[in-house]
Amino acid sequence: MLGLDKKNSALLLIVIALTVFAPFLMNPFPQSSGLAQFNAGYPDLMQRFVIFGIFAIGFNILFGLTGYLSFGHAAFLGVGSYAAVWMFKLLSMNIVPAIVLSVIVAGLFSLLIGFISLRRSGIYFSILTLAFAQMSFALAYSVLTPLTNGETGLQVYNDDPQILLGNGPTVTHLFGFEMNSTSTLALGDWAFQFNMGYYVSAVMMVLAFYLSMRIFNSPFGLMLRAIKTNQTRLNYTGVSTRPYTLAAFVISGMYAGLAGGLMASMDPLAGAERMQWTASGEVVLMVILGGAGTLIGPILGAGFIKYFENIFSKINENVLHGWFAALPDGLENAIVWVLHFFVGKGWHLTLGLLFMLIVIFLPGGLVEGGQRIGRLFKRKKSGDDASNTKPAE
Amino acid sequence: MDAILLQVLNGLDKGSAYALIALGLTLIFGTLGVVNFAHGALFMIGAFCAVTLQKILNLSSITIDPTQTDFLGNPLKVKTPYVINWFGEVAGSAIINWSVPLAILVAIPVMLAVGYVMERGLIKHFYKRPHADQILVTFGLAIVLQEIIKANYGANPIPTPAPDAFHGSYDFGVMIGFEANAIIYPVWRLIYFCFSALVIGAVFAFLRFTTFGMVVRAGMADRETVGLLGINIDKRFTIMFGIAAAVAGLAGVMYTPINSPNYHMGMDFLVLSFVVVVVGGMGSLPGAVLAGFLLGVLESFASMNAVKGFFEAIYLPSIDQIVIYLVAIIVLLTRPRGLLGRKGVMEE
Repeated sequence: MLGLDKKNSALLLIVIALTVFAPFLMNPFPQSSGLAQFNAGYPDLMQRFVIFGIFAIGFNILFGLTGYLSFGHAAFLGVGSYAAVWMFKLLSMNIVPAIVLSVIVAGLFSLLIGFISLRRSGIYFSILTLAFAQMSFALAYSVLTPLTNGETGLQVYNDDPQILLGNGPTVTHLFGFEMNSTSTLALGDWAFQFNMGYYVSAVMMVLAFYLSMRIFNSPFGLMLRAIKTNQTRLNYTGVSTRPYTLAAFVISGMYAGLAGGLMASMDPLAGAERMQWTASGEVVLMVILGGAGTLIGPILGAGFIKYFENIFSKINENVLHGWFAALPDGLENAIVWVLHFFVGKGWHLTLGLLFMLIVIFLPGGLVEGGQRIGRLFKRKKSGDDASNTKPAE
Repeated sequence: MDAILLQVLNGLDKGSAYALIALGLTLIFGTLGVVNFAHGALFMIGAFCAVTLQKILNLSSITIDPTQTDFLGNPLKVKTPYVINWFGEVAGSAIINWSVPLAILVAIPVMLAVGYVMERGLIKHFYKRPHADQILVTFGLAIVLQEIIKANYGANPIPTPAPDAFHGSYDFGVMIGFEANAIIYPVWRLIYFCFSALVIGAVFAFLRFTTFGMVVRAGMADRETVGLLGINIDKRFTIMFGIAAAVAGLAGVMYTPINSPNYHMGMDFLVLSFVVVVVGGMGSLPGAVLAGFLLGVLESFASMNAVKGFFEAIYLPSIDQIVIYLVAIIVLLTRPRGLLGRKGVMEE
């Protein structure tokens, strides 16, 4: 189907099904139950799932296939956001020109940065991209204040030109369909929310996922994998790897730009903090956690991180006390005291620990973990060592 | 002329911090071949050694003084630090006053231990893994260390003043023939510069003039051969990691009076220190020191009003924020190995 083999078509269909039915799947607990706080089926969070999914899919094309670890991809996301907000300010609140421009601008920006950074490989490349990301942050934060509105962040004001606005809506929209419009379906104790912005982003993510599948299976993707396996040998056979790595860098930069543009389309704001290098670290974590070099891994990683970020930050000491109320007082207090370092404001500590644990014990991420468990069961059933499909090297 | 000299001096203190951190980074990279993204966190831990010592020295016993009352009319509670109780008024308050220099004594063993544990406990297992994994695990470690400090000390900067004797500024210009008040420089920054010069000198002397240093240098050049000669090079490299951690920690301790330490100070310095290492030439210790001072001074020149004004005229306000990165890009485009990097050393 669509130039994909059977297995990948199935994967694509699964992803499509998951994104279409996400409002149901993310909302498994009834409103009145105590578990309702674990629901993730509200528009804001679901939008973040798919937008960061796009970001991670793009990063995976660079890191998963070529092995070049960029620590500056948040810069492209930020640039995309700024470009999109400028389109809102100058033209109208329609998201199409905004997203198109954000992809183009991020592509050009990544071409520039990639051209310089890809002169070196390995650690140098990571450090160079990191330095560029910090420079972009400083540029956005103070140097280019006329373009980026500095600390305050760029937003749409009433006195902006908006030459195509006319009588159109004053919130972001796609030819009249407003991004923040949500319809709610109440079924018994459940309330499922269907949000326009989410579905627009989800369509984009499915397209992005399809494109990344095609790249993975193309001769171009094969070349990128060869670069990861042994670049020196490739050079000796007379292949110049620079154009390939640069192309991968620009493609992943454009993915990041698309994510940034969508982020601005959901909420027409852009701030410099989106470009900070911790944000770049976060997308690295998403890809590693899900499984670098696998197709589905980045989406899983992005969903996992964003979900737990949201849930963990909401839990506070009172909630913890509620959970462990059944225990004796002393034990309850001890457990709550230990746990309160990891929840609420301590979410970043959990994130850092998770990061270390995944890199140390499970470098292949969740996908590899799943495969290991799968293999374990298979061995028990049939007794033979069925070789599983490995993630791309 | 005096303005230029003043900017050079201003750049020296930041340059010293860059040079010390970059020196440690290069030491680790040169010996163990690991890029340590947690090195900024070591700098921060050093700074928090000073904070902790200050807190400990200020632990007080509370006595009630019935002769005085506070503004509510209750008897006044008087806090006396234990050190004053033990050592008497003069010696006790002097100890509290000198908490930052005293913290050096605390920081050296603490940082050596932290470095040792880090290397043996975590980084040892990553020598054979790809560089990307090393970067990622140390990055994770940096986040964890940072968050632990934040959970214990809060997110706000904690002021840790220098001893009273070093407060104020020193009229530097008079000494070398300028008029009074032309070049005024804070005393502590001067001390910071001298201190870091001392530390850098000590590290270089240690590597050059001791047998241990000789073996380490030989190991940096060819680890395998040194191992084949029956020398336990791993053990020595672990100690070098501890020394690198101690250097970063000392840089942090002495930096506290210049900028009150907060939990993200390490990350702020880390990125710039990486740039410094790359500009200096990866694996080159003199390169790291040279580039550290050079970029520090350059940054302070870019924040001069005349320079800023010039760049503002061509629509680039606050050029000082990005000048280091711009210079790094230019250096890497013209000399990809950095200022003092040699061919064949740490190419990958």
